[in-house]
Amino acid sequence: MSSTVAGPATAAAERPAFDEYTLSRVRARRRKTAGAATRTAIQAALIVIWCLLPFYWMIVTSFRDVQYTYETNLLPSHLTLDNYYTAFDPANNQLALGLANSLFIGTTVTIIALVVGVFAAYALARMTFPAKGLVMGFVLGASMFPGVALLTPLFGLFTQIGWNGTYQALIIPYISGALPLTVYTLNSFFREMPWELEEAARIDGCTKAQAFRIVILPLAAPAVFTTAILAFIASWNEYLLASVLHSNQTQTVTTVIGQFTGSQPHQVPYTATMAAGVVVTIPLIIMVLLFQRRIVAGLTAGGVKG
Amino acid sequence: MTTADPSTAIAPSPGDGRRPGRDSLDATRRKEVRSAYLLLAPTIVVMAVVVGYPIVLSVINSFQLDAHIDPATGFAVTGGFAGLSNYTHWLLQQCNGASGTVPCAPGSLAASFWTSVFNTFFFAVVTVTLETIFGLWMALIMNRNFKGRGILRAAVLVPWAIPTAVTAKLWYFIFATDGIVNAVLHAQIIWGSDLWASRFAIVIADTWKTTPFMALLLLAGLQLIPEDTYEAARMDGATTVQTFFRITLPLLKPALVVAVLFRTLDALRMYDLPAILTGGGGGKGDATTTLSILVVNQLGGTNGQNSASALSTITFIIIFAVAFVFIRLLGANITGSEKKARKVAKEV
Repeated sequence: MSSTVAGPATAAAERPAFDEYTLSRVRARRRKTAGAATRTAIQAALIVIWCLLPFYWMIVTSFRDVQYTYETNLLPSHLTLDNYYTAFDPANNQLALGLANSLFIGTTVTIIALVVGVFAAYALARMTFPAKGLVMGFVLGASMFPGVALLTPLFGLFTQIGWNGTYQALIIPYISGALPLTVYTLNSFFREMPWELEEAARIDGCTKAQAFRIVILPLAAPAVFTTAILAFIASWNEYLLASVLHSNQTQTVTTVIGQFTGSQPHQVPYTATMAAGVVVTIPLIIMVLLFQRRIVAGLTAGGVKG
Repeated sequence: MTTADPSTAIAPSPGDGRRPGRDSLDATRRKEVRSAYLLLAPTIVVMAVVVGYPIVLSVINSFQLDAHIDPATGFAVTGGFAGLSNYTHWLLQQCNGASGTVPCAPGSLAASFWTSVFNTFFFAVVTVTLETIFGLWMALIMNRNFKGRGILRAAVLVPWAIPTAVTAKLWYFIFATDGIVNAVLHAQIIWGSDLWASRFAIVIADTWKTTPFMALLLLAGLQLIPEDTYEAARMDGATTVQTFFRITLPLLKPALVVAVLFRTLDALRMYDLPAILTGGGGGKGDATTTLSILVVNQLGGTNGQNSASALSTITFIIIFAVAFVFIRLLGANITGSEKKARKVAKEV
């Protein structure tokens, strides 16, 4: 921006034919761009503060002595790690078990959804067949499905067959959410892939297997990986189904957080809850920041490209 | 709709008399269709088991009687055809009394039905409106070139990445009676139980959590608008406001419609946030009870599973009706059909 403004300005200086009016206009425009940049910076700062301040408050509180729970000082104060000990203390909450369960359930669900969904996504992206729109509609319909519509029948069914509180009682309904998400996201990635490269590799003398390994796999791997991250995050964050279908043995991190209890009766354990919240969130934040570009691409893949 | 295209495109012109060629073409096509269905089969089977079967079961159950005392014999009985009584239980607040149906007592779950419907739509309309406005603003800023744009784009992902259960606990603390919001406002608002304060606590927390998602969808839409369009507008002397309303908004419409649709359907099934933040309470005890919360509460009670099935079926129908209206009225192009996308592009 500044270079385009500088151009006419120097030209004006060299050629006195330009009158004062032109010069003042150029200066005004430069001031205007500078003003616009400042306004952008201020608005950007506001957004960053709005997005990060509550999260920051959670972190600050998680390190604050429980006696000073309602401290309004924005800076860290009364530092302690006690809240983290309280959060992990099995006498209060099964946070470690919850983390392990969520990791196990999330991984299982993601793998199943990917293994099943990758074929459907490929067919939807690359092949023409009757009722394609219908299948796509069903996939989308399923991904917008209200969880409670599944919860009620499954609760009754699992009670009957004695599955309530088992791992499969969570994994099976979770697949209903993860599979459409996987098919939908992978499909939009696959549509964008330069598949003609496979043809080119074949012409250059690759066998079908070689073409797949050398050309297609490296292209598809990031798409599959991104989809896996999104499916895992969705399953890690699920609360509705978990809150009804879990048992003490199968509680997930979200149910642990949702029913968080402190060491003292009659006292809301805010600081320890914030500590638990930080523990549950940090792995996600790290993952999201590491794979930021991919995740944004995955999130928006289906939404706009068409 | 898209299905008819390929066959007509591939079918040879009338003058084409080479039978063998056409036969092999048909054979290739048939083979492709067969392998496509083969690839789709696992997904279809799994979805039929994990979604189709429960839904059918749920609809069947919703027409069965809950366990009740038979007024004639005085014994507890289960099952039996219920007709629409499980639906009228919710829609008309008709409960089973000693002699036939009686109006449900105030404070019972059925009495909260219409409040829950109101809450569900209130949250959906208010949060999606706020998220669209703020999301558009965020997307416009993120789309500009400036130093530190990377920080902004990373920061925006943070609320999205935090699990909703954690978000709820975080805002539960922020909105605590002695919490930071009341301290800053020098007020003593009881966010957990006041009728409108509790609702707005949910609205604020949900807006914070989900605006980034909206912003990212809209940003992706903004990036599809070619720079020369803006260049041309600048040449023609369009003001910033004119550019926004005449270029940005119309060209962004497809992305905007899809984003609003996704978020609306998501907001209509809201559960985590009010369940943890306010426990569904506030006001007379149901100010933040959404339909999803009502279903779970009904499931938690004894002997109410078939009524719960009816309620979850109602919820499901409401959400699908909204989706249908959306797609029909606004022409949301969610299946990514190119034909429709082209049509929209031409209209713009």
